[in-house]
Amino acid sequence: MKFLKPTLARLTYAALLLIAVLVLNFSMLHLAPGDVADTISQSMGGADAETMEQIRHDYGLDQPFVVQLGKYVWNVLHFDLGYSFFYNQPVTTLILERLPATLLLVITAQILALVVGVLLGVYSARKPNGLASHFVTLVALFGYAAPVFWTGLLLLIAFSLKIPLFPVAGMIDVTVEGNFFDYAFDIIRHMVLPVLTLSSIFLALYSRLCRASMMEVLGSDYIRTAKAKGLSEKKVVLKHALKNSLSPVVTLAGLQFSAVISGAVLVETVFSWPGLGTLALEAIIARDTPTILGILFFSALVVIVGNILTDMALRFIDPRVRK
Amino acid sequence: MSQENKPMGTEVEKAAHPLAETARMFIKNKAAVAGLIVLILIVLIAIFGPMFYTTDPEDMVWMAYSPPGAEGFLFGTDYLGRDLLAQMMYGARVSILVGLSAAFMTVFIGITVGALAGFYQGIVEEILMRITEFFQVLPTLLFSMVIVALFGASLPMITIAIGAVSWTAVARITRAEFMRIRNLEYVSAARAIGAKNNRLMFRVILPNALPPIIVQAALMVGSAILFEAGLSFLNLSDPNIISWGRIIGDNRVNILDSSFAVTIPGIAIFVTVLAISLVGDGLNDAFNPKLRGR
Repeated sequence: MKFLKPTLARLTYAALLLIAVLVLNFSMLHLAPGDVADTISQSMGGADAETMEQIRHDYGLDQPFVVQLGKYVWNVLHFDLGYSFFYNQPVTTLILERLPATLLLVITAQILALVVGVLLGVYSARKPNGLASHFVTLVALFGYAAPVFWTGLLLLIAFSLKIPLFPVAGMIDVTVEGNFFDYAFDIIRHMVLPVLTLSSIFLALYSRLCRASMMEVLGSDYIRTAKAKGLSEKKVVLKHALKNSLSPVVTLAGLQFSAVISGAVLVETVFSWPGLGTLALEAIIARDTPTILGILFFSALVVIVGNILTDMALRFIDPRVRK
Repeated sequence: MSQENKPMGTEVEKAAHPLAETARMFIKNKAAVAGLIVLILIVLIAIFGPMFYTTDPEDMVWMAYSPPGAEGFLFGTDYLGRDLLAQMMYGARVSILVGLSAAFMTVFIGITVGALAGFYQGIVEEILMRITEFFQVLPTLLFSMVIVALFGASLPMITIAIGAVSWTAVARITRAEFMRIRNLEYVSAARAIGAKNNRLMFRVILPNALPPIIVQAALMVGSAILFEAGLSFLNLSDPNIISWGRIIGDNRVNILDSSFAVTIPGIAIFVTVLAISLVGDGLNDAFNPKLRGR
């Protein structure tokens, strides 16, 4: 399993990318009109010029840009993302509180989309003009063209307002009591609609790509050989063809992490899911700079970690990638 | 192209212009033609609709949340009792305008970066591809939410915010095409007769690299429309501009009374993006004779 280890070069590169993200985000927020002092004075109901100077001095805003940037990057490297004036909490605490909810949503949706997408793709590739194939085309078109927040709202109207099967919002009811399983069941009940919504975009992508790559693989020589030596159709498809048609799907899935997070922001807003997306929206509206920077940093981190994991998965599936 | 497939013995026709060939294949594709017709209709409604249907979209004309058809309001009224049909028409303008201009920006940045990287290779390519990877790591929607919130939510700023985060796909495609084409003989020939680098890049190579870029550009219009809808759904777009996403975002507060006011703009976005994607698929097949029949 040695090939699973990400190389040192890869990790160094990831770290450099992250620092670049930090620098860009910090510079961007620095360039924007208004600063933390404005936010604070607004929340105090206005402040005179002298107080503003004092605030700027206290938070180090009167120092040169490069010094501020250096300090910020240095602090982040020590896991300190600053202090949110809006939530009155350290940003790291705030984000770590919300991160699990987002990860739960995002990972479940990705897995669901991958599994169902691959199943649909495999099934429909065997009968290119069958019902399943047309279904995949329909799903693909819908997943691509329907705005994800609208899909969510439609599901919400249908399955929690008109037919009250699932809760309208949130992640867990305050009234839930009991053991671990009671909590788990309640969370799952809350998860169904958001996860379905989020995975709808990616299900479309994966099933379509899987069908295309499966059809290509099924036409190749080694599959004909496998069939010729008398293997059953099922074994040929599942054991020989699937393995080779998976790698483009996994590659695509790895490229989608940034899109998954974007989708999560919208889905979380629709279902009031207490994750990073709703936090980001609140922070952006409140102009809570440290929190915004922290969330941008963390989501870039999620994307990068996702990419590294994808590479490892690819190496696991496809020996040709192991160099 | 078509002559290669002709059986022996048929008389030699004059080769059609490649674009005419593409157009002929496009017209054969029923889904793509249907998409194109729907798209043209939507654009016509966006341009001329408000001239004929003169109700002011900001006027409160009737009770809030009147269902479609009530009192002669085809789509009903929104949470403030404003005419939804009028709002939809103005929203179409915003969606199409932002979709087109953001896609244009995306393609412009993407082609520039991709062409330079694919043509020069070496250190230039290394740097540009690192920058591309950097932008792929940024969470697109979050990043553009921040841009819009910080620098103002005007339409040009929304366009820039969308363009700035979505050009990477175009850059990658352009680079791949350039790398494929740059070593072809006709490029060497052009170089041999003294064409300068700029001419080689944009006059010699680019025209042959265009087909996949055009397909991607068409799809970009669709995703830019979705992107804008997302931003305005989150209430981050210009508060003075009516857009489809915004109508959904505003009316979802009382979603039980207003399910129609949420559904109608969603259908509009869906149909528009679907039509664009059908046209994109059609173009893709038309440019690629090999892909026909898939």
